[in-house]
Amino acid sequence: MNTVVWIVLPYLCLAVFVGGHIWRWRHDQFGWTTHTSQLLENRILRLGSPLFHLGAFGVIGGHAMGLLVPASLTAALGIPEHLYHLVAVWAGTVTGVMLIVGLVLLIARRLVNGRVRRKTTSMDKVLYASLAVMVGLGMAATVVVNLFGPGYDYRETIAVWFRSVFWLSPRSDLMIDAPLVYQLHAIGGFLFLALWPFTRLVHVWSAPLAYLWRPYVVYRTRRGPVPTPQPSPATVREATRR
Amino acid sequence: MRIRAQVAMVMNLDKCIGCHTCSVTCKQTWTNREGTEYVWFNNVETKPGIGYPKHYEDQDRWHGGWQLDRKGRLTLRSGGRVKRLTRIFSNPDLPSIDDYYEPATFDKDILVGAPAGLNDTPVKRPHSALTGEPMTVEWGANWEDSLGGAHERADQDPNITGMPPEAAAKVKFEFEKTFMFHLPRICEHCLNPACVSACPSGAMYKREEDGIVLVDQNKCRGWRMCVSACPYKKVYVNHATGKAEKCTFCFPRIEAGQPTICSETCVGRLRYLGIVFYDEDAVLAAASVKDERDLLDAQRDVFLDPHDPVVRQAALDAGMPEEWVEAARLSPVWRLISEYRIALPLHPEYRTLPMVWYVPPLSPVLDATGAAGRDDTDADDVFHTIRDLRIPVEYLAELFTAGDADAAAGVLMKLAAMRSYMRARTLDGTFAQELLEGIGMTGEQVEAMYRLLAIAKYDERYVIPTAYTKDAAALEAQATASDGCSLDCEGGPGMGGSDGIKAVTERFHLVEDGGDGGDTVHVGRRELVTRRPDGRMGLTIDPTRERS
Ligand code: SF4
Ligand code: SF4
Repeated sequence: MNTVVWIVLPYLCLAVFVGGHIWRWRHDQFGWTTHTSQLLENRILRLGSPLFHLGAFGVIGGHAMGLLVPASLTAALGIPEHLYHLVAVWAGTVTGVMLIVGLVLLIARRLVNGRVRRKTTSMDKVLYASLAVMVGLGMAATVVVNLFGPGYDYRETIAVWFRSVFWLSPRSDLMIDAPLVYQLHAIGGFLFLALWPFTRLVHVWSAPLAYLWRPYVVYRTRRGPVPTPQPSPATVREATRR
Repeated sequence: MRIRAQVAMVMNLDKCIGCHTCSVTCKQTWTNREGTEYVWFNNVETKPGIGYPKHYEDQDRWHGGWQLDRKGRLTLRSGGRVKRLTRIFSNPDLPSIDDYYEPATFDKDILVGAPAGLNDTPVKRPHSALTGEPMTVEWGANWEDSLGGAHERADQDPNITGMPPEAAAKVKFEFEKTFMFHLPRICEHCLNPACVSACPSGAMYKREEDGIVLVDQNKCRGWRMCVSACPYKKVYVNHATGKAEKCTFCFPRIEAGQPTICSETCVGRLRYLGIVFYDEDAVLAAASVKDERDLLDAQRDVFLDPHDPVVRQAALDAGMPEEWVEAARLSPVWRLISEYRIALPLHPEYRTLPMVWYVPPLSPVLDATGAAGRDDTDADDVFHTIRDLRIPVEYLAELFTAGDADAAAGVLMKLAAMRSYMRARTLDGTFAQELLEGIGMTGEQVEAMYRLLAIAKYDERYVIPTAYTKDAAALEAQATASDGCSLDCEGGPGMGGSDGIKAVTERFHLVEDGGDGGDTVHVGRRELVTRRPDGRMGLTIDPTRERS
């Protein structure tokens, strides 16, 4: 059981994540888009979308810090454990709240506004639902356990397990005693990665940073063979007359 | 000098009767799909009026096009690259669907399925094409047709607010005291396109061969910056596919040497299509001239004279086929823009160097002449009206010359002189030389200009070389291969694939049936063909098309 959840599942999800992206890129570049609906509804989006995206950047950055940076490194740099913890919890809470408010607004506009509601695909619904679950679990872990609760040092267990997955020597033993919210959040995270390539989230990989240095006007040559010139109406008339 | 060819258009506004045939044929060709219900690559608006989308010319509000920054450098009005990326999560300059109009459709089953012997006439009601709910139609792409509602709204026309106050005050929207004309608009296929420059993903591009501006549907990521950056609002969001779409200049037809659909079907025969040579290296400097009123001449200077042997040689050296060089020489567009100098660009002050130009209409001036109790067949009276009445002239100047009334008046003088010269010539057989002096043209030129404007046949109006002849072999191959069109993806602008079954048409049944147990079409189902309530098979389109 432990092996399945903490070793097989992560690798399965990662495989789907990578394979799914390759498949999607090769078969559906036309569908590779943010799928903007700002045209249809702008009042809620104007607030919700920036909140959600900025919150998401903060949360992703926080996860990278917590999961990828070993505790030994921060200790070596002389950052006291207490300070680290304080920053992590508060920054996590603030960006998390931004993310939640943004997400609530974005979901609300899909429910309230008939125009957007009709353009919402079932995949969008799955995506919004899983985002909500993930964010809910994450916030529960941060706020309930760490801010008001007894606290839990995920850097000694979850983070080590997470890195061990990528070092190809997964240590499932570290996860057994983690609190339930953390366990669910970790499983959910991997499942979420597996969902990623099949949703509109793929637009993340198209973040247009190259725009910053490319020339303004893009020129391209026409490619592919020319279509057959169709006979002009006059020649058709000529031809049929004979 | 880097010589390039551009396919360009001129429209002679005096001849537009506002029939909207161009808009309808264009829509049937390109935008009769879900997600583009509100999109008109070609629209015809009545001026004065606020246009489509509403107030699109008000750049203080939409921040479209270019401007010079404090150091005199050309920048997009909506801000630089970094600023644009910070606004990617929510674009403050994007028009909403209500700025265009809410597209409506009708539940035609009410009529089709009405039983015989009804006492009341069945009525089909409008339903929103976006939500399916019953709606009241309150606006449309040509809502203001022929000044409909002008007494309420036309004074909000940005071109009137831009006029000198004395002149603006004189514009009256009282029946019989006003002037109006139709303005057909398509994408300008600009030399300095703001849309391409604002596209973060680099999906939009200008074609090197013919200057047509296109959106690569596979690369567009729906950042919707092009929509707001285009000052003419001629890029649109397809809300079903989430991608940008725009007028393609009917490139598949142009490549085959045929005119665009709007030109082909134009009832007034007022559109001219042809090649213009220009110097790509001169574009930036021309778009950056300090005074807005110099932009017209600056852009004319970017064009190269196709009669000049040096230019012709340069074109051949650049790899252009003979056919193209010859087409450039015969180009009606070049003649109207640079030889007779009677065509003017729409809103040159946006600094995109647009390539669809207009021969301004004389009719508003003639109306004003008549209204002032003068004789509109008398050249002197018309000249005087142009000079002292000023109202239509100032207005046309706002549209076509960045407010330079003298430049606009000069073109109108030419048109008026041509009219009187030809009148004298055909009615009395006399040559009114004194008219020619005022406009600095020879009698032959005036007659050639008259011929081009009044009676030019198909082949003179449309001088389009076929796409590169060096591809001739490939061209043969294409005729036999059945690759299909690259635009033939589901929901894409090309629609039907070679197999024909993917054709996407407007939904027949928009409104979900209340569940009478019959074989009703359900919104959300994916079958392409479904049985309709009347038992026949019909096409269905899934509005919640899955894109994941
Ligand atoms: S008119 Fe056409 S080419 Fe010019 S900025 Fe707008 S969309 Fe681009
Ligand atoms: S088809 Fe020609 S005459 Fe009719 S509205 Fe269009 S441009 Fe004007």
